[in-house]
Amino acid sequence: MNKTSTIEADFSEAPPRVSEWRRLWRVFFSRGTVAVGFCILLLVVLLALFAPFLAPYDPYQVGVTDPLIQPDSMHWLGSDTLGRDTLSRLIYGSRTALMVGFLTVGIASLMGVTLGLIAGYFGGIPYMVIMRCIDAVMCFPMLLMALIMAAVLGGGIQNVIIALSVAIIPHYTRVTCGMTLSIRENDYVKAAQLMGAGSESILLKHVLPNILHPLLVLMTMQLGSLILAEASLSFLGIGIEPPGAAWGAMVNDGYRHMIRNPVLSFAPGLAIMLTVFAFNMVGDGLRDALDPRLRGLL
Amino acid sequence: MTAFVIRRLLLALLTLLLVSLAVFFVMRLLPGDPLLIYMAQSMEFDAMSSEALDELRREFGLDKPIMVQYMHWISGVFRGDFGTSIFYREKVGKLMLERFPVTLHLGLLALLGSVFVGLAVGLIAAVRRGSWPDRILTPLTYLGVTVPVFWLGILMIYVFGLKLHWLPIAGYTSPWENFWLSTQQSIMPVICLAVFGLASNARQMRSSMLEVIHQDYIRTAWAKGLSESRIILKHALKNSLIPVITLMGMGVSMVFGGSVIVETVFAIPGIGRLLVSSIFGQDYVVVQAIAFVIASIVLVVNLIVDISYAWLDPKIRYGRIA
Repeated sequence: MNKTSTIEADFSEAPPRVSEWRRLWRVFFSRGTVAVGFCILLLVVLLALFAPFLAPYDPYQVGVTDPLIQPDSMHWLGSDTLGRDTLSRLIYGSRTALMVGFLTVGIASLMGVTLGLIAGYFGGIPYMVIMRCIDAVMCFPMLLMALIMAAVLGGGIQNVIIALSVAIIPHYTRVTCGMTLSIRENDYVKAAQLMGAGSESILLKHVLPNILHPLLVLMTMQLGSLILAEASLSFLGIGIEPPGAAWGAMVNDGYRHMIRNPVLSFAPGLAIMLTVFAFNMVGDGLRDALDPRLRGLL
Repeated sequence: MTAFVIRRLLLALLTLLLVSLAVFFVMRLLPGDPLLIYMAQSMEFDAMSSEALDELRREFGLDKPIMVQYMHWISGVFRGDFGTSIFYREKVGKLMLERFPVTLHLGLLALLGSVFVGLAVGLIAAVRRGSWPDRILTPLTYLGVTVPVFWLGILMIYVFGLKLHWLPIAGYTSPWENFWLSTQQSIMPVICLAVFGLASNARQMRSSMLEVIHQDYIRTAWAKGLSESRIILKHALKNSLIPVITLMGMGVSMVFGGSVIVETVFAIPGIGRLLVSSIFGQDYVVVQAIAFVIASIVLVVNLIVDISYAWLDPKIRYGRIA
């Protein structure tokens, strides 16, 4: 690049230095939809954290009221077939959704990033073996993969988390591997190698910090699609065991009584949609705020 | 270009081998003995002797070493023989042949819709940025990628089926039998299958089109005095299609994933519903056959996408890393 002159010019007219955090904050909240998404997300997280205090009734208590009553002042969303309070179950359902989302992203990113770093940095045989396996896993549609894995492992929320993790590990591996391939060609990596730094320390100190931002964006975006996938699985009847509350299963339960009380099915569906929307928007906002190409433009 | 295609083909074959191994061995980890479940369902209770079980095991070839079983299975697959369903007592190939056309019919319509409508929406939103179509369509695409498909299906059944009585709420009829009824029945499932792909195609198209129309060669085309339609459709479209094509490849995968849900909601006798019922019935012969066929289709589509990618973008054709 032959931009020496422009760089000098830029220095003379450089705006006063702003704190990076403040810039992130400003760019992040500059879009209305992102701010709305952030507020929804905050609300869902608070609901999940303080569910025992916020839920008006015990979500598992059968016969709090008559079965399938219409929404009224005591039971804002009515009750299900077993006379359980729908609003309370909806609030507790946020715990299931967020738990599955966060744990899956945690497990999958840990394993996926590790595999991607190894494949990208060492190349050769590790690259060949890891990437071919990833290709094979990528051939299965995510939902299909999770469905089959969950069936093999048996139901239960922890198996849904494992199944979804396996299904999304390839995304992290591919992204990490691609970025590692280009980062390892940089001079500072070569310098560290010449100074005798081990592969492990180069990967952790030089490569990982450089790919952290794109990974963070990917993780946020994926939380949304994972919550959708978890809801789909629980709609099909795979996942949390009966007394527990999950939004997808609630939609399915309500579906059978749609004529009498459509709210039973509509409310949990809306909750899923708002939560996914919130994660997608926060992901979008993070992507804009963390994108180095947009620094100085926004 | 030829070398590139051959390389891709070889890699795809290797991946196919891995896929078949994965499908076969993962299925063998299924909890419970499917034969026991089968016997408990189909026979008198006192007929459940261990001799009968051994006989069934021999009949399904489950007494041989696992590698022999794999070789037997995979050689059968290449002859079009996917084994016999433990549950239906029918050839799995026949079961799939009955159901695949249903899924393909709806899936193909959904795919075409999501590609053409999605691209058109993205194109209009980008070229007329800030106009009223953009301001209406772009927020809708945000909703399209967030709505749970099963919920959308239920909403539509409630509104158009139960309240307005415009459309039948469930079922499937072949278009060759009764075209009008078939069309009516497929409207809602196709919308459900298409909505995610349509919205993501539109979003991707909008952003990549916006990137392309600000480039110098487009300004040159304007300066030459070309008409707008020529600039957009001839000069800008090809370059902005590159990122969208990847999404289209993923669209096939998403249609198959979505069919599992949509066929359950609308009670459609397709491959997705067969898969779900076989998973719950632990009919692993059917599950592994369906998983293998779907994965192979996705693999072939991705291969085509990769090759067309190279055809569209010479940068990929000539200088590819690793």
